[in-house]
Amino acid sequence: MSGKAVGGVVKATPSNISRKIQGLSDRAIAWIFVAPTIFLLLAINIFPLIWTIRLSFTNFRVNRMNADVKWVGLRNYERILSDPDIWLTMQATAHFLFWTLFFQVLIGFALAYLINKKFKGNDLWTTIIVLPMMLSPAVVGNFWTFLYQPQIGLFNYVVGFFSGVDPASFSMIGSVNLAPWAIVIVDTWMWTPFVMLICLAGLRSIPDSIYEAAECDRASKWRQFWTITIPMVLPFLMLAVLFRGIENFKMFDLVVQLTGGGPGSITELTSINLKREAFEKWRTGYASAYAVILFVTIFGLASIYVKALNKVKER
Amino acid sequence: MSSFSVTEPSKRQKWISGLLVITYAVVTLMPLLWIIATGFKSPEDSIAYPPKVLFQPTLEGYVNLFTTQTRITPNMKDSLPEPSNWYEQIVRDKNMVIAGPSRYGQRFLNSTIIGFGSTFLSIFLGTLAAYAFSRFKVPIKDDLLFFILSTRMMPPIAVAIPIFLMYRQLGLSDSHLGMILLYTAVNLSLSVWLLKGFIDEIPLEYEEAALIDGYTRFQAFYKVVLPQAATGIASTAIFCLIFAWNEYAFAVLLTSGEAQTAPPFIPTIIGVGGQDWPAVAAGATIFLLPVMVFTIFLRKHLLRGITFGAVRK
Repeated sequence: MSGKAVGGVVKATPSNISRKIQGLSDRAIAWIFVAPTIFLLLAINIFPLIWTIRLSFTNFRVNRMNADVKWVGLRNYERILSDPDIWLTMQATAHFLFWTLFFQVLIGFALAYLINKKFKGNDLWTTIIVLPMMLSPAVVGNFWTFLYQPQIGLFNYVVGFFSGVDPASFSMIGSVNLAPWAIVIVDTWMWTPFVMLICLAGLRSIPDSIYEAAECDRASKWRQFWTITIPMVLPFLMLAVLFRGIENFKMFDLVVQLTGGGPGSITELTSINLKREAFEKWRTGYASAYAVILFVTIFGLASIYVKALNKVKER
Repeated sequence: MSSFSVTEPSKRQKWISGLLVITYAVVTLMPLLWIIATGFKSPEDSIAYPPKVLFQPTLEGYVNLFTTQTRITPNMKDSLPEPSNWYEQIVRDKNMVIAGPSRYGQRFLNSTIIGFGSTFLSIFLGTLAAYAFSRFKVPIKDDLLFFILSTRMMPPIAVAIPIFLMYRQLGLSDSHLGMILLYTAVNLSLSVWLLKGFIDEIPLEYEEAALIDGYTRFQAFYKVVLPQAATGIASTAIFCLIFAWNEYAFAVLLTSGEAQTAPPFIPTIIGVGGQDWPAVAAGATIFLLPVMVFTIFLRKHLLRGITFGAVRK
């Protein structure tokens, strides 16, 4: 057995014992075990990605398979980055991202803080709160269009009941002003529990002894909250924001079922816009360039963010 | 816990926080309860104003979900024999007859086949890879692990274009096998990361003892490590299953008839004269209920699963 590639257990095992180990060498087993996974990921993730990058430099269209495919260089990229409609889409995505993260962090942390007071039955209620995020976003999103119906919808009725506004007078998904908030509300409803669960793990990781020490130093509860609780939970909170940020940047299923990007294109998030270019207008080359830009953006933002996260963790 | 503890919240604090959390939980549960309730309403009750909380429950929505129906004239109705069972009776009362089964059963079956198939594959491959990553020095291990994770950052629509082209070439489009392989690839990142965490926690000494006893490495793996990791494998499996079960973007783009799963199908259920909300709600209820049950059983493992093992509690 060659020393370097063989590690782990065997290295720590005395040589007279390692000689007794029969069968395949560790190195061979390691490769046999890892290879299928890597192969599948290469075939279904990396190969398509490379294909996308290649297509992004062409004017290929899936619905015209026999037409000449021309190499157009960076023209697709130029067109996307100078297209005002794409920037509107980006704005819609930014609005959606900012407000969903804002509400989810605020409500999620508050809930975790309250649950951490360990009242009786908190376990049961935590489970109930978690339910929405485990369900199919498309199926649930579709049903929300029913809750959002003017007059007969439960949401409109409840809002009307408490605010006195006529439930038939507004349409959450039909109005240009309200639709961006309609998707924020459903996403917040669905994913706040996610932020809550991670915050809860953060809160529970704080040892009691720190608070006891602070109490001895006569620090006020308010001061304890800002100098102990918040800084200790912050890395967890940032992790939650990372996960939600990536997911909501890619957001497709929930919103496409809720508003389909409408009215007009006011809630057309990048993924929905991309789907329209690729599978409705069939501009494959153009859509591929778009996909590459999105992936690079997500990847870049996530990498910068992870660096910041690690700095916070080190403190 | 002593009553002098400074970290134990006071009774009043517990009361207030309990009340607030329960209020939130009840509000957040309303849409889900509304789905279940709507499934048992008649079409008229489902669109009544004000929305009906109390109503005469009926299985009409479920019957509409599973059958296709055609309208009959009063003359024809009289000439037909009496309905032989309760669901035919429900349909007949609306002056309709059952023409055949709907496609919902088939879609649900597709979801089941693709869900379990891809879960099995991603757990099988994921366990092997996770074991290798956990126990051996794999060259460029960190890069490979990061690569596996980064596949999750791609928007599904972005990969869907070439997969669409590739599957068309290979004859995999709109097939169970194609969807199983695709979901396996997506789920592998989760299963490798989670399972590596679980296997890391199993002490090395067990395997060493087995190796000393003359087991081969492979025997040690499946006779010692696998049983130890069983709980972790089970909870990872359920997360993979839930993902495949809920997935929509790939399903709607890459399947149309043969292999279409339930999520793209349920929103397209349309009854006679506008959307049949009780039938949609019935379809959603049947589809969502298993996940709700799993969630309740799984609550202890939830956090680890949904954060890729990043938070371990």
